[in-house]
Amino acid sequence: MLKKQKSVRYYDSAGSRAFDVLNIVLLAGLALTTVLPLLYVVAGSFATESEISSRPFFLWPEKFVTDTYQYIFSTDTFIRALLTTICVTAVGTAVQLILTLTMAYPLAKRQLPGRALVLNMVIFTLVFSGGMIPTYLVVRDLGLLNSYWALILPLAINPFYLIVVKTFFQQLPEALEEAARIDGCNELNVFLRIVLPLSKPIIATFSLFYAVAIWNDYMSPLLYIDDSKKWTLQMIVRQLTAANADSANVLQQLETVTFPEQGLKFAVVVVATLPILFFYPFLQKHFAKGVLIGSVKE
Amino acid sequence: MATDLVPEVVRPAADSSRPAPPPKRRPRDLRRDLLRYRWLYLLLLPGLAYFLVFKYLPMYGLTIAFKDYVPFLGYSGSEWVGLKHFQELFTGPDFGRLMFNTLLLALLTIVFVFPAPIVVALMLNELRVNVLKRSVQSLIYIPHFLSWTIVASLTYLLFSVDFGVIANWIHGVLGGEKTDYVAQADWFRPLIVLQLLWKQTGWGTIIYLAALAGVDSQLYEAARVDGAGRWRQFWHITLPAIRPTIVVMAILTSGNLLDSGFEQIWLMTTSLNRDVADVFDTFVYYVGITQGAFSYATAVGLFKGVIGVLLIFGSNWLAKRLGERGLF
Repeated sequence: MLKKQKSVRYYDSAGSRAFDVLNIVLLAGLALTTVLPLLYVVAGSFATESEISSRPFFLWPEKFVTDTYQYIFSTDTFIRALLTTICVTAVGTAVQLILTLTMAYPLAKRQLPGRALVLNMVIFTLVFSGGMIPTYLVVRDLGLLNSYWALILPLAINPFYLIVVKTFFQQLPEALEEAARIDGCNELNVFLRIVLPLSKPIIATFSLFYAVAIWNDYMSPLLYIDDSKKWTLQMIVRQLTAANADSANVLQQLETVTFPEQGLKFAVVVVATLPILFFYPFLQKHFAKGVLIGSVKE
Repeated sequence: MATDLVPEVVRPAADSSRPAPPPKRRPRDLRRDLLRYRWLYLLLLPGLAYFLVFKYLPMYGLTIAFKDYVPFLGYSGSEWVGLKHFQELFTGPDFGRLMFNTLLLALLTIVFVFPAPIVVALMLNELRVNVLKRSVQSLIYIPHFLSWTIVASLTYLLFSVDFGVIANWIHGVLGGEKTDYVAQADWFRPLIVLQLLWKQTGWGTIIYLAALAGVDSQLYEAARVDGAGRWRQFWHITLPAIRPTIVVMAILTSGNLLDSGFEQIWLMTTSLNRDVADVFDTFVYYVGITQGAFSYATAVGLFKGVIGVLLIFGSNWLAKRLGERGLF
């Protein structure tokens, strides 16, 4: 991660110490405001309905129940959305990775005629885009409305990630590839057998980034998916927890039996967040580097 | 980046005592290049197709902002109407409200959200206990990876009138009537700012922390020898060290000022706060997707996009005038 700074000895005046204490308190407070809401939701998802409505704030339920989870996992709507999201995320991430890697590699080759043109084309899309409606019309004209591909293809390459991966490829030792070429490898084999195995860290980083982006995507299903049977988890979360949600309607789709109304919201949020928190340690290991390679260079 | 094509054959200079003449660039033979680099071009093709179809085709689609787009007639069949849709936008009843809402949110973002990561990064940088520093960092990065639907749900769970924890607390402390913070127009903007702070502050510190880590520790030692205390070191070394980074981030932010974050705003919009919530992004969705006014919505989107580009170039120019390096 970030370079550790040499421990610096300060002249420890009283003011300096007071500042340290204040600094620690403020930062600890910041960290707590970040995680407490999340912990509360997890605790709430295991609590009874009456506890949620009567107790103001808790991190450990008085009575530990799993009613809400039993309920949501007994509904078709939720199971379907969960499976849809998992599949779309898996396939989408694969597509995004393949497209990004295959495009970044040629762009890393300085001698390739036409490279500069394509690169400028990519960079231009960072500054200017057609926007929501023209993109929607393209997706519609391709016949992708209400298709899972509409959740994948329009986001297939993130130009920022592409440029980062390209920069990474450029840093690989040219001599290795040269040796493979002399041994009779063509460019495709060099890419598959030499470059890709060397790129495992960056592949791991960006598969996580891409997976998070698709898993969290709310705008694409909102724009392109009308059929509620094809909704993703984020749509369900929205429908269930929004203040102005037409909850009667949604809950009808979620089969009208007695259900834990408030706990439901907590549980859905937890399930939609869980994979991210699960992968977070892996994410965290890589992301700072990933962000920094592609970002501001001095 | 534009002219890094390497000539294929560099001929040795005839007379080594004289500087070599610049190597002549051989006229490019397209067929030979295609054959020679066939594998590279083949690899490039799918990605290029993606950019053409999903990025450049929509740019061509922007022409419908100047047409009366009829789906049945398609892009080329629909009739040109010039600036009609733009006139409609500028003279219409929504423009003032949209502009005001968008600009106010942008202003709030500049004032509250932009400086937050800088302040937190500086505070983290002064933290002398490394374990603490790293654990705080790990925790405050988390929200960046949560979706806006989750953030909106959390907001509802904490601030709604019936069982929101924070709403109840505020009620307990201040008394008075219970307020439904998520539904009320007055609370829309504060909640948006709070959400942005909660979600993005930690993540935003990464770049500033990197800049701070790059500061030469000899500078601090030298300053200390000269008798500089902690405050002086901060003021004369730490702060100037991240100034270029702040400028670059400011330029990048300025380009997105009108992008009020569609998902966030959309998710926080209720029937009660629509008057203050409507921004260009959500308006495009309303009139375009839900009402089918494709041409008008495209015109609104194009107007917003052009202003965004102008803002980027404008702030870049300004940064250079102020003696900073700028982005390009």
